[in-house]
Amino acid sequence: MKIAVLSGKGGTGKTLVSVNLASVIANSVYLDCDVEEPNGRLFFKPEHPIEEDVNVLIPIVDQERCDGCRACVEFCRFNALAIIKGKVKVYEEICHSCGGCTLVCPQGAIREIPKSIGRIERGVSHGVDVRTGILNVGNESGVPIIKKLLESVDDDQRNVIIDCPPGSSCVVMESIKSADVCVLVAEPTIFGAHNLAMVYELACVFEKPVFAVLNKTLAGENPSKTFCIEKNIEIAIDIPFDEELGRVNSNAGIIVEVDENHRELFMDLYDRIQKGVGHEAATHS
Amino acid sequence: MRILLPVNEQDLKTELSPSFGRALFYMVHETETNETTFIENMAATSPGGAGIKAAQSIVDLHADVVITPRCGENAADVLKAANIRLYQSISETALKNIEAFMNNTLAELTQINPGMHGHGG
Repeated sequence: MKIAVLSGKGGTGKTLVSVNLASVIANSVYLDCDVEEPNGRLFFKPEHPIEEDVNVLIPIVDQERCDGCRACVEFCRFNALAIIKGKVKVYEEICHSCGGCTLVCPQGAIREIPKSIGRIERGVSHGVDVRTGILNVGNESGVPIIKKLLESVDDDQRNVIIDCPPGSSCVVMESIKSADVCVLVAEPTIFGAHNLAMVYELACVFEKPVFAVLNKTLAGENPSKTFCIEKNIEIAIDIPFDEELGRVNSNAGIIVEVDENHRELFMDLYDRIQKGVGHEAATHS
Repeated sequence: MRILLPVNEQDLKTELSPSFGRALFYMVHETETNETTFIENMAATSPGGAGIKAAQSIVDLHADVVITPRCGENAADVLKAANIRLYQSISETALKNIEAFMNNTLAELTQINPGMHGHGG
């Protein structure tokens, strides 16, 4: 089963939930798709990870062959090409590597060359197969790295926890595409409920079963809980606000390894997801 | 000389558009004939790379000077490659900006902003 963990903004507890969930499931895979700031590895600390470069293709123009016809400039929907004084200039950071310019060039003056945009680190720690996507600073989109991370678990029969980037943009869509279930982490505030609504809407577009995890809960009203009740979203677990949890987490500790109550809480989360998704599968068949 | 300014209204007395690449129109002023025209910015609604597309159309118009409150790095790169000079606008109408330029009181635009480049998408 592939379990995507997402939230409408950063700091709600995606990594907390992902790391601890992966830790209570035997023989699991943890994928860090938050490639702009992957921090799951800070908790797992895999030793001697294996690194692999991630490249994209970008166009390079043979100015001798180019006759300045503009076919490429007009074709590019992202405006990654400009023609100045008869010479084509490529803006690599705008390019989406579609290869279209190469195809439309009547002179065959454009070819594609690989450009490194980041890397994937793999290592095993605490019995978890940890795979981290890392986007190089200054690069625009982590989508190709996320694609590669997910491809690496395509035929994997183990449980895969996908730690998503925050928000609901392209990188999040890419991260949840192949997931069997989405776990939405939300804070107990009006802002938290708004962010929950964003990712809930996204998960609905992708027709994924959803579960909510209410994090940092306190006594009193919880707008995120109200939203879940309104939308009939199953609240898998509540993680009450807890200073000790905060302390362990901010020291890059894994709470389920040091606290039995939290271990039980995350085991409960896994059980509920399994039962819920199993039920979903049964009703669909 | 052909001077170009980003604007959101087709009016000589309008203030300049705060965005260069996504301005709705460009005001084009010919210093030789003292004629002013407005052209639509086809890049205004572009999903991405608006600055490059807008700058390309300005290069194609053979502008000599651009007066703007701000300019992103990619647009500036295209304009500079075509030897188009960039000047910092003042908080006045488009017409007053042209007058200021003609009186040599405008400074060259030195602060180039990093673009949005996919953020918010």
